[in-house]
Amino acid sequence: MTALVIPSIHYLALLPVLTFFGASLVLLVLSALVSDKVAINWATGVTATASIAVMVYAAFQWAYVAHHGASTTVAHAIVLDGFAVVGTFAIGAAMLMSAFVAHDWAVRERIAGADFHILALASSAGALLMVQANDLIVIFLGLEILSIGLYVLVGFDRHRSKSDEGALKYFLLGGFASAIFIYGVALMYGATGSTNLSSIAYFLSENVVLRPGLLYAGGGLLLIGFAFKVAAVPFHAWSPDVYEGAPTPVTGVMASIVKVGAFAALLRVLISALGTQLDTWRPILFALIILTCVVGASVALVQRNVKRLLAYSSINQAGFMLLGVWAGTPRGAAATLFYVLTYAPVVIATFAVVTLVGGKGDERHSIDHYRGLARRQPWLGGALAVLLLSQLGAPLTVGFYAKFTVLAATIDSGGGALALVALLSAAIAAVFYLRFALTLYDDGEVESTRIHVPWLTGGAIAAGVIVAILFGIWPGPLATWVQHATLLFLP
Amino acid sequence: MHSSIYLGVLIVMPLVGALISMLVRKAKNASYYVGVASAAVEFVLAIVVAFLYNDHVAGAGTYDFMTRHVLSAPLGLAYDVGLDGISLLMVVLTSLVLFLALLGARERRREASFVGWMLALTSFTMASFVSHDVLEFFIFFELTLVPSYFIIANWGGLQRARAALKFFIYTFSGSAFLLIGILYLGFVHQHQSGGILTFSYSALANTPISHGVSVWLFIAFALAFAVKSPIWPFHTWSPITYAEAPTGGSIELSALLAKLGSYGLLRFAIGLFPLALPDMRPVVLTLAVIGILYGSLVACATPDLKRLVAYSSLAQMGFITLGIMSGSVIGTVGGVLLMFNHGVITIGFFLIIGFIEQRRGSYQIKDLTGLQGPAPVLAALFTVVMMASIGLPGLSGFVSEFLILIGTFATHPWWGAVGATGVIAAAAYLLWAYQRAFHGKATGANASIPDATTRERWVLVPVVLLIVVLGVFPKPVLDRITPSVDQLVHHVAPTAATK
Repeated sequence: MTALVIPSIHYLALLPVLTFFGASLVLLVLSALVSDKVAINWATGVTATASIAVMVYAAFQWAYVAHHGASTTVAHAIVLDGFAVVGTFAIGAAMLMSAFVAHDWAVRERIAGADFHILALASSAGALLMVQANDLIVIFLGLEILSIGLYVLVGFDRHRSKSDEGALKYFLLGGFASAIFIYGVALMYGATGSTNLSSIAYFLSENVVLRPGLLYAGGGLLLIGFAFKVAAVPFHAWSPDVYEGAPTPVTGVMASIVKVGAFAALLRVLISALGTQLDTWRPILFALIILTCVVGASVALVQRNVKRLLAYSSINQAGFMLLGVWAGTPRGAAATLFYVLTYAPVVIATFAVVTLVGGKGDERHSIDHYRGLARRQPWLGGALAVLLLSQLGAPLTVGFYAKFTVLAATIDSGGGALALVALLSAAIAAVFYLRFALTLYDDGEVESTRIHVPWLTGGAIAAGVIVAILFGIWPGPLATWVQHATLLFLP
Repeated sequence: MHSSIYLGVLIVMPLVGALISMLVRKAKNASYYVGVASAAVEFVLAIVVAFLYNDHVAGAGTYDFMTRHVLSAPLGLAYDVGLDGISLLMVVLTSLVLFLALLGARERRREASFVGWMLALTSFTMASFVSHDVLEFFIFFELTLVPSYFIIANWGGLQRARAALKFFIYTFSGSAFLLIGILYLGFVHQHQSGGILTFSYSALANTPISHGVSVWLFIAFALAFAVKSPIWPFHTWSPITYAEAPTGGSIELSALLAKLGSYGLLRFAIGLFPLALPDMRPVVLTLAVIGILYGSLVACATPDLKRLVAYSSLAQMGFITLGIMSGSVIGTVGGVLLMFNHGVITIGFFLIIGFIEQRRGSYQIKDLTGLQGPAPVLAALFTVVMMASIGLPGLSGFVSEFLILIGTFATHPWWGAVGATGVIAAAAYLLWAYQRAFHGKATGANASIPDATTRERWVLVPVVLLIVVLGVFPKPVLDRITPSVDQLVHHVAPTAATK
């Protein structure tokens, strides 16, 4: 009988995940000790501290990786490389912004207790795990931790039937997706003899798979699982309903943190593990991207509910993020990373504005409620206009460079036609972004109610706008950082 | 070589003006005066640059005021500006258009925003014209859409929202092809030189590419510019957009932004892909000639003065395209000159039509009759502008059309012959419209309209002056553009000739 060997653990690599989990547990205990009224302040404080701590760790991790190079730990299941560090930083920043937005929302809705922050921290810990995972099982673990928290969060607003409906839908379809994913993991294990991404890559580079049915089936199922999570067409049906039903701050989390986690894991699986199978998965992704871009943009045109509109918009954006994956090169990985890194703050800030306009009860989400917003409140309306222009990809906003980098990566890999279709879908998407932006400046019927902008939410919105404009004018440092991060990609 | 700081100021100055005009929005009229003042400074600066411009800087071709700073190596992003004779003329036009549009077509509703958008639009257009980097050009080219969209959608006519959207979607889709083409070219260059990603014009212009690739890239570039110009059959957004935009917006669109299309065609599509020209020249020339005839014919049948000018612009843009695609130095010089002259003429047209609309509340020709009686000065000014557009010798339109036709006859006589009939058609639709609107006996509300006010007269003085001066003495302008055109055509010609 052999003794159980405990693998060596590099705690710096695990620190972000542990911090978020720890913060979640601390809050759980704290919320039992203090009164519900005070709990929310504690929750926001602890979450903010944990998020800032994670961003600081990312800086230390970055220094470590720059000095020692990329490494793995916990029996090669967790990886510490530049790519993971950038993802970690993005999730930390997104969590910080979300916590602020959620704080003001909870105060407004008189939601007592720290439940939201506890669940959101746990979910983000899952996303962090996905960013660092070097093993299909760990990815699955991250995916589940991420999802279970979100299932509850989506249904958090029990007074609205849409919230319940969204939660159930998300839970059922998400459950299916997880099942499909884990089945894919099993098949992949059967085909290659390992669930470790590096081992799979090694196996596939050393062996010629003569009967690749098992491998293809496994890869296909994994891809479907991911496509569900990032809401790629035709696996997107849940997203508009869930985006609409979920409390608006939760929608912000879903559009940002989930995307960072899922895309980071997808890139690792397809590029590091299945990089040798590029010619097999590329055509599938090709079709997926075209459908995602075109359907996302076209269906958004007829939406009158802003949250549904933004759901389809984020489907369209997911299509663009997939472009970098399709490229299958370090340039492509860097492009997708740049995209999710900059999209996250912008989309959280967008949903922060939507949270404010939604008003008490989180019900006022018709586009008519935005009529003349920028006339009455130039700063709030102007901020939303900038955020929309960034998502549209107008120059001088960071969205332009996000689109630019993924298109560049695609064309560099010989995907001119694919890039063209995606870009034309952006022209369709421009219609609804612009119509939305113009509604803000409409001076027809003017609603008299002034929207109160609390400090924390205002700060989150300002952060999103600053990211959009600052890196829109001066993208250099960010682009260089992301490029370096991807050079430190493992393997 | 002169310092590039002049060009930097030309780009930044309007943005500063826009910022100040937004800050002083509360004070009555203040933002308008700030806008006019910054436009005036911009114009003076453009004139100063025009006098300073030196076309024999050693090692820079005919470029002056050059600089290049790489902003982000992984993105291939750079701030790279320079000015040659062709862009110089466009820079002057840009500042002139802003100045006259603000003076002549004031929007009193939400004035600060209007002035701000107009200034921003000028800054971006200016930056496109002085860009010496293809990606930088694209960014500013694309960026001009945002202010244009908001100007049309906020201050336009009844169908403004639709018109603005149509304009945006058409041009944005056209630009999609351009961006893909630019990226492709950039990577071809990178892979060939084995170095860094760059979109510098000089680097890309010397990239050897195969004939097939060249043709495809030319098509991608030309599509974007054909939509912007517009060239038939990509013009369908333009009549409704020109008609629905506010007067200031129409002026910016047709006098200036359209030129961005022909400028891009000349500088980038022709300049970068000489190999494609033998195949593509007949195609584009044919489209240009169709545009001339189609625009003229539809203009004859148009009941609306503003749309009439829109269709006449389509015909004029056809002439410009004919000139710059002719492949001869003289035709290209004529094309570049017409870009400027048509800009000036269009400012005149839209301003006067705007004045008439303010008085009569309509652009419909059937609502107007005998305006000559109560408003003789307005009629006289319209006549000068109209005659220049028709191409009456002694006025500016004649010089440029004449050069274009000479150049085209030398290289492509058949296209020249058919295109020349457009001059006659222009006379037909313009004179006929003039006859209906200005001649006869003024009845009803037409009889009592006031003549041009002092302010309106003064705004039109520069237009008339430029039309007359460039009609009899175009030499200073021709001297500045000819060396640059000569160089461009000869960069293109050797490869084209050996085909």
